[in-house]
Amino acid sequence: MEMPVPDATVLARKSRVVERLQQVLPKDAVIHDERETRAYECDALTAYKCPPMAAVLPTTTKEVSAVLRICHEEGVPVVPRGAGTSLAGGALPTADCVILGVAKMNDVIETNYSDRYIRVQTGRTNLSVTGAVEEDGFFYAPDPSSQLACAIAGNIAMNSGGAHCLKYGVTTNNLMGVTMVMMDGEVVEIGGAHMDAAGLDLLGLVCGSEGQLGVVTEATLRILPKPEGARPVLMGFDDNEVAGACVSDIIKAGVLPVAIEFMDRPCIEATEAFAKAGYPMCEALLIVEVEGSDAEIDHQLSLIMDIARRHNPVELRESKSAEESAKIWLGRKSAFGAMGQINDYMCLDGTIPVSSLPFVLRRIGEMSKEFGLKVGNVFHAGDGNMHPLILFDANKPGDLELCEAFGAEILKLCVEAGGCLTGEHGVGIEKRDLMEFQYAPEDLEAQMAVKDVFDPKWLLNPAKVFPLSVSQARRDVPIAAE
Amino acid sequence: MMKPDSEAALAEIVKSANAPLSVKGGGTRGMRAEGADLSVSALKGISLYEPGALTLVAQAGTPIEEIDRALSAEGQRLAFEPMDHRTLLGTKGAPTIGGVMAANISGPRRIQGGAARDHALGVRFVDGTGAIVKNGGRVMKNVTGYDLVKLMAGAHGTLGVLTEVSMKVLPIPETQATLMLRNLPDAGAVAAMSLAMGSPFEVSGAAHCAKIDKQTPVTLLRVEGFEASVKYRISALKDLLADTGAEMEVACRDMSSMLWQSVRDVCEMENLEGDVWRVSCKPSDAAELAERSGARGWYFDWGGGLIWIRTAPGEDLRTRLGVFDGHATLVRADAATRAALRVFHPQAAGLEKLAAGLRARFDPRGILNRGLMGPVLAESV
Repeated sequence: MEMPVPDATVLARKSRVVERLQQVLPKDAVIHDERETRAYECDALTAYKCPPMAAVLPTTTKEVSAVLRICHEEGVPVVPRGAGTSLAGGALPTADCVILGVAKMNDVIETNYSDRYIRVQTGRTNLSVTGAVEEDGFFYAPDPSSQLACAIAGNIAMNSGGAHCLKYGVTTNNLMGVTMVMMDGEVVEIGGAHMDAAGLDLLGLVCGSEGQLGVVTEATLRILPKPEGARPVLMGFDDNEVAGACVSDIIKAGVLPVAIEFMDRPCIEATEAFAKAGYPMCEALLIVEVEGSDAEIDHQLSLIMDIARRHNPVELRESKSAEESAKIWLGRKSAFGAMGQINDYMCLDGTIPVSSLPFVLRRIGEMSKEFGLKVGNVFHAGDGNMHPLILFDANKPGDLELCEAFGAEILKLCVEAGGCLTGEHGVGIEKRDLMEFQYAPEDLEAQMAVKDVFDPKWLLNPAKVFPLSVSQARRDVPIAAE
Repeated sequence: MMKPDSEAALAEIVKSANAPLSVKGGGTRGMRAEGADLSVSALKGISLYEPGALTLVAQAGTPIEEIDRALSAEGQRLAFEPMDHRTLLGTKGAPTIGGVMAANISGPRRIQGGAARDHALGVRFVDGTGAIVKNGGRVMKNVTGYDLVKLMAGAHGTLGVLTEVSMKVLPIPETQATLMLRNLPDAGAVAAMSLAMGSPFEVSGAAHCAKIDKQTPVTLLRVEGFEASVKYRISALKDLLADTGAEMEVACRDMSSMLWQSVRDVCEMENLEGDVWRVSCKPSDAAELAERSGARGWYFDWGGGLIWIRTAPGEDLRTRLGVFDGHATLVRADAATRAALRVFHPQAAGLEKLAAGLRARFDPRGILNRGLMGPVLAESV
């Protein structure tokens, strides 16, 4: 993956920059020793590594503002970092950058149950937001798979989703307000504990902007009352197409499950060998979960199973207890781990219209043979968000490149089918160079115009999202220290 | 009035314009800007509807009525329940999907299902230079690049003229019912609504009509779903709210539906004189803000998160309310008042700077709905 050539003039100013950062932060919050900066050399896209020039770990909005003001004055690129769980390289450093990590900023600032929101510092992990309110019967809805580790800051940057967004939406639908520090150090408040924006929807614009518009230090998040209960039904089919038709029929019937998960045969086989969840060996497996009181769940599951029966399932297993539910979810939740046991894998994230599912799966199968790499598909079927897992051997020369080429072809296929490159992981560096496949030059120009307004010097996470050739003229403007 | 019948023709009009354009859909929402009228109402038609994928794509000028008809034939709907402004404003014409999205119009179900912007999946628009831009798509999860869909939803045509919108639609539940609580004071009503909305019983509407003349206050809580489910949840809500001491009754399906249409369209203020404001706030601030407004009348939607306030003509409600977590939009007033008080709440300097910066980039000549959402740019034509 091509990254911009580090700015030698910035590197030459390292000691001055570090010294200035140390003046505004506690000494241990500025990391500049080459052995220590290595800890920040990559995120969860571990194929790419580059230690930053320095890393800082502020604890307050004021400190973040001071750091950004200095970097702005010195012309130093800044890469914001939540928990570093990005699968797209969203927090990958450049050699001339300062990593701004919010990991130490994890306080709950306010919880308000009558107005149903929580305000947190954004270094707080996703799951611990729910942790702060669940004893009182509430939860924070977006639930990315990495929720144990990932930070709200990164969730906002990537507009993270999860398995339950068919009903509850993704981050942008659950975000009410932010405190954000602009690249020049100015602090802005967008939104608050009320609904909808007063002027332009800057909140919606910031959410999903991959840390390129500002650094979000505090967030007001919508919390929801926990449902009385939830139970899944597991169904197996002999044909992907039939499983796809079943999903469509469930949705058309007016039942709105909280989650519809899909796994294909390679994934079922790997998972079964690993987790022994007792899944049927078949072409396609669906897990459909509904919520409500016991009676409500029974009613919805019976409707769903009636629909499933019309599609001749090879297996239909309704959960009647928490234990059975856990067993049904066990395989799905260990799918990534199971694939990881077999080999290294790359996890893709394209979205397709649900109606294109059979076509896309068939093509992926064909391409798998062409490239000679195995692929398993896990899929949020209700919303069309696919997660093809391509297996490769990182120790085999050329295999990573082959895998990336295969991945790119799958993502192009998603776009051709009417979908998009990424449903919840973000573009980062991983899909940066595919953007021109989805967007015309004027579409990208409109997006880059937004960055021009928020970060005129293009210092925040500059080598991400847009193809380097497309953003080059903007990034190449000399940014010597003021 | 210019009514281009293709996106290309619209782009040409914008590109060659040398004076401001007043952009509109059906023109039912009383938004006026200087310049010649440019309407998208001739860009009509549903280009794609996949009920099994819960998605619909329509040209911006497609009437809401046409979309509702297509959706209801498949047992689906726009879940954000967009308000029809014609009752309150006495306007004529056909509301369009472009207008709904450009103004981010949402109704009572916003508290549960989200706003119009939450259901918008993709847009095509013509920016102020005449360039045709697309963003988002027609799938529910999409984080590919910046979310200009949200930016365009609620920009009131000031950054670009919407030509096509794709959106998420949802099934119409089997039935609905509304629990009505009588005689709660404002603060007590908000507390009751908060309790209900903090319960797992999935309240999809929470409104409170304060005492008006001889009418007694009534608090409305709506639930929707399968018949048995609705029955169960109404009864659970009754138990939950027993301590309020309020007299309770239940409005079933059709009655419930009528009640919420009336809440949605602010029918209560239709024939009453005065300016009408829409205040977005923290629900728990609602009772005090309403009191502070010294207004002629008000009612709460969104569990108190939205207050509709009717003031004396020309009165500056924002001054009366002072600083609060939220904002006030002037929805009904004469032209002089709208010009003097401005339709939208003034924003903090930092945000205004960003908004002005975006306008300068998307509409460098300042020709699209000039001055509607902020000061006119210095370099405007």
